[in-house]
Amino acid sequence: MDFVTRGFQGRPRGRDDRLPPGQYLTGDFPVLSAGPTSNVDHDEFELWVATEDGTRHTWSWAELMALPAETVTVDIHCVTSWSKLDTEWRGVSLDTLLADVETAADFAMVHSYGGYTTNLPLEDLLDGQAWVAYGYDGDDLRPEHGGPARLLVPHLYFWKSAKWVRGIELMLEDSPGFWEQLGYHDYGDPWREQRYQGD
Amino acid sequence: MTIPDGPGPTAAYDGNLMAGPLSELFALDVTVAVVRCRGCGADAEVATLRVYGPEPGLVGRCPGCDDVLVRVVRTPDAVWLDLGGVTSLQVPAPKR
Amino acid sequence: MARAAVPGGLSARRAWREATLVERRPETDSAVTLVLDVDGWPGHLPGQHVDVRLTAPDGYTATRSYSVSAPERGDRVELTVQRVPDGEVSTFLADGLAVGDAVRVRGPVGGWFVWRTGQPGPVLLVAGGSGVVPLMAILRARGPGAAPFRLVYSVRGPDDVIYRDELAVLAATDGVDVRLVHTRRAPDVDKRPVGRLRESDLAAPGWTGEDAPTCYVCGPTGFVEGAADLLVALGHAADRIRTERFGPSGP
Repeated sequence: MDFVTRGFQGRPRGRDDRLPPGQYLTGDFPVLSAGPTSNVDHDEFELWVATEDGTRHTWSWAELMALPAETVTVDIHCVTSWSKLDTEWRGVSLDTLLADVETAADFAMVHSYGGYTTNLPLEDLLDGQAWVAYGYDGDDLRPEHGGPARLLVPHLYFWKSAKWVRGIELMLEDSPGFWEQLGYHDYGDPWREQRYQGD
Repeated sequence: MTIPDGPGPTAAYDGNLMAGPLSELFALDVTVAVVRCRGCGADAEVATLRVYGPEPGLVGRCPGCDDVLVRVVRTPDAVWLDLGGVTSLQVPAPKR
Repeated sequence: MARAAVPGGLSARRAWREATLVERRPETDSAVTLVLDVDGWPGHLPGQHVDVRLTAPDGYTATRSYSVSAPERGDRVELTVQRVPDGEVSTFLADGLAVGDAVRVRGPVGGWFVWRTGQPGPVLLVAGGSGVVPLMAILRARGPGAAPFRLVYSVRGPDDVIYRDELAVLAATDGVDVRLVHTRRAPDVDKRPVGRLRESDLAAPGWTGEDAPTCYVCGPTGFVEGAADLLVALGHAADRIRTERFGPSGP
């Protein structure tokens, strides 16, 4: 045990059964970023999915808007220890986007405007577990929170929910993304506290 | 301060903030080092990089082109450093 | 060039040391100076900072970087902490840490945003809010008869001035000029219309680009970028302007 600072508790952590271990509850929506906020116009927005054989599927903003949307209320957990409960999002399920995509891939690399990347197992994007979200709390998703559209994968730490999403690359082999290259966990399950590699 | 400076296109910090984490890795103070950007070729002192973070990690970007030059993550038992965005790092050192 | 030479052996600077609070001095409603006693402190340069680490009983730790606010004085290290709303570390340091309690510190760190005794030429210090802290260490380190120093210090209102009494004394010293810039509320005697820092606040006889002062700018990002742009517009060479940004928004 490290030297303890008398009187210091930090924020109250893990006192709610909806809070994963080591997390504290926040009512705010903190903004964390690894780079400048991307301002992507709807006109220039294009979402792509690329399979392992190079086939590309693309959706313009209008095409994305035309897909059936869902409103979901979920808890989100950031690796920096804040959790936010009952957040309401609107977007398109990845089940819908990937319905006609033929692939043998087991992994996905998600790419963002601005260059950010994050890797996930493909099965974690399916079965009602992930969305491309463009609405938050009844409004358009604001740029600092990843608008016009971000990935939403609430069962994993929130760095997996890439802001400013632009593409999903399907891969046969796993490969680390932006933070996963620098010591963060490849999977990132908050309930198993998989923050760092080796956790 | 009256400047409304919410989340926007600019970095909240600069490379001065990297001094502590980098002191765990380098024998000399690296914030005075000059790095050359692999993307645009510009030289910049580490202290002048545009830095995002500090959580989940420090990301130092080129003041000229915004490419990622330096990334540092401190996990509980390791320091992770990526210098992939720079072609060279020149550190002032005592004369031999 | 001894630019990389920073006080203290390397292992000394890397170590986390116990730092005991010996005095706390309120500066404003939201800023407090903490005087720490750090056994074996290797010394520091004005402008440098230290990393402060707090550890909770369950092993949770939080680390933040704070500028040192006074020049080297034995084992004493002074920090001025601005309370940040909902700031886990700053609120604890400002309100929770009692005299006799200890934290861990590492440093000094940072060798770029520093002023060295004997460094020639005038010094222009430009502070936004709590960005005054490292600049105060530089100003306090100025010896009698040294080249002129000028501090231009932007605050929201008169109540937000950190080190107010001491700055008044320093302002009456030969070779030191202190100018307060009020952005929202000004005292009646101040003829300057309130508002953010502008060119006329920085332009002064003896402080032009040709006078070639070394400029140190510290504050929130938006302030620093605005001030640095003004200095360049006034003819100051970019390589004579040193900047330190500390955070997205003003105190």
